[in-house]
Amino acid sequence: MKHIIVFIEAKDSQSLKRTSHEALTAAQSIAGGASITAFAVNGSEQALQSAGNYGVQSVVLAQHELLGSYSSTATAEALAQYARSIDADIVIVSGNATGKEIAPRLSVKLKAGLLPDCIALSGDTTSIAATRPVYAGKAHITVHSASGKAIIALRPNVFTAKQIGSDAATITAFSPNLEARHARVQVISTMKNEGTLDVAEADIIVSGGRGMKGPEHFPLVEQLASTLGAAVGASRAVVDAGWRPHGEQVGQTGKTVSPSLYIACGISGAVQHLAGMSSSKCILAINKDKDAPIFKVADYGIIGDVFEVLPKLDASLKAMLHG
Amino acid sequence: MNILVCISQVPDTTTKIQVSGDGQTIDKSGVKFILNPYDEFAIEEGLKLREQFGGAVTALTVGSETSKEILRTALAMGVDKACIVKTDAQLDSYNVAENIAGFAKNISPDLIIFGRQSIDFDSSSMAPMVAEMIDMPSISVVSSWKIEGNEIQAERDIEGGKEILSTTLPCVISAQKGLNDPRYPKLPDIMKAKSKPIEEIEPCHGNHLVSLSSMALPSSKRVGMIVGDSDADITSIVTALHEQAKVI
Repeated sequence: MKHIIVFIEAKDSQSLKRTSHEALTAAQSIAGGASITAFAVNGSEQALQSAGNYGVQSVVLAQHELLGSYSSTATAEALAQYARSIDADIVIVSGNATGKEIAPRLSVKLKAGLLPDCIALSGDTTSIAATRPVYAGKAHITVHSASGKAIIALRPNVFTAKQIGSDAATITAFSPNLEARHARVQVISTMKNEGTLDVAEADIIVSGGRGMKGPEHFPLVEQLASTLGAAVGASRAVVDAGWRPHGEQVGQTGKTVSPSLYIACGISGAVQHLAGMSSSKCILAINKDKDAPIFKVADYGIIGDVFEVLPKLDASLKAMLHG
Repeated sequence: MNILVCISQVPDTTTKIQVSGDGQTIDKSGVKFILNPYDEFAIEEGLKLREQFGGAVTALTVGSETSKEILRTALAMGVDKACIVKTDAQLDSYNVAENIAGFAKNISPDLIIFGRQSIDFDSSSMAPMVAEMIDMPSISVVSSWKIEGNEIQAERDIEGGKEILSTTLPCVISAQKGLNDPRYPKLPDIMKAKSKPIEEIEPCHGNHLVSLSSMALPSSKRVGMIVGDSDADITSIVTALHEQAKVI
């Protein structure tokens, strides 16, 4: 029998991160008859048990003094030891910040092919193929592990999480063999951005570009974002010009996002910007230039002046949402 | 401080990508190749640390003869030594990491610096992968940091915020944009760099762990409903977002 391990992380004391739900759902889609076990290094009983909602019956919780504060290197070692103990064939992680640190180490520790930043999976545990974007998303490659074992990292927000049950998963303790040398990297503290919703976590993003003509016009973008409960994003041009903070930048040298809806306001659609948002599920572009490249990748487009369109769009959305 | 900076040559960001006849690689005709943009921050960080702590900076790349161009850039910026693991083969990330790890084991650097990702394959995996192969700690996507003796404190962006981490030298890091302001090489240094030696190293052909079966342009399955800006047009879009796309 084949074995899949899914690395999961708690979001708070009651639930798991959405990226963990996505990883659990992806595991279901390729499992065939394979067993799936979730693996965590921290999390409350309630949060870990909720993995049961995503089809997993068993969560293995690694416990060790050196896992007290988060360490990417100790986590990778603990997970690798567990994977070896059950001769796991596939380890699935989210390609979020945490996953990107541990997946390459797992690849080396387990001599398993690393398939990073995947946007689609096909096949089953005997022969799994992954599709991933390269050249800033201008091409897609299909890759598979040549070694029989695979470490798969999923691009966040692409695999839609699906609840399929409501039985609490059972939690089993695992005691890895860790020494100080395994925990040489430690997280000392984490700072959450207060107030504003991060583009990397938002389901809807409203982004402004040079067509907004100045920082003083961004309240139009912010207003639309507020109506939709969306994050505000920005093109590189407006960040470089100092109109918006770097944290809002979407694109090749900013953040890569895959929201359900991306609204591009006054953004022409340079390839470097598309690199950051082309895997958005739905794209609406507003630009007064009918030949702007953004219209070639948009699902919906409004050719018009953002200063006139945005207030009307906001009013129309408010009417529909609160109507 | 003995610093190793690992850099790679990639197609320019504005390149129009076409798949070549083999169905697995890009068509290189007419493509302009550049130093991976994130690697500029890596080179600059190495040079700044040498200025602060003394020592030497070595730039390394794994690639074909044309990759020497980026080593010339690194030399012009001020690195002390430039080396190339010379191969025309299309190595995957794991094999590149094995070659870098092999080189690093020979020079025992205090610090290895990468750019956070190369903009061709966007794997973001080299720093942790090489670090694992040579049993070093690593921190990726470092946006700011300080070194005191052997102690390191670094800051990196995570979803919705930042992490502050601690580790010790020797270690591997990857540089985020904004870690520093890369210097522009001066013309006299560019000219001198043309005749500086570049050490060539034989590649090792290690473990084949990942196979690439095909490359294709993404299929565009976008709806493509483009309208004007009349009130009726805007209403039609809102309706479509709600009823067709079901995203609001």
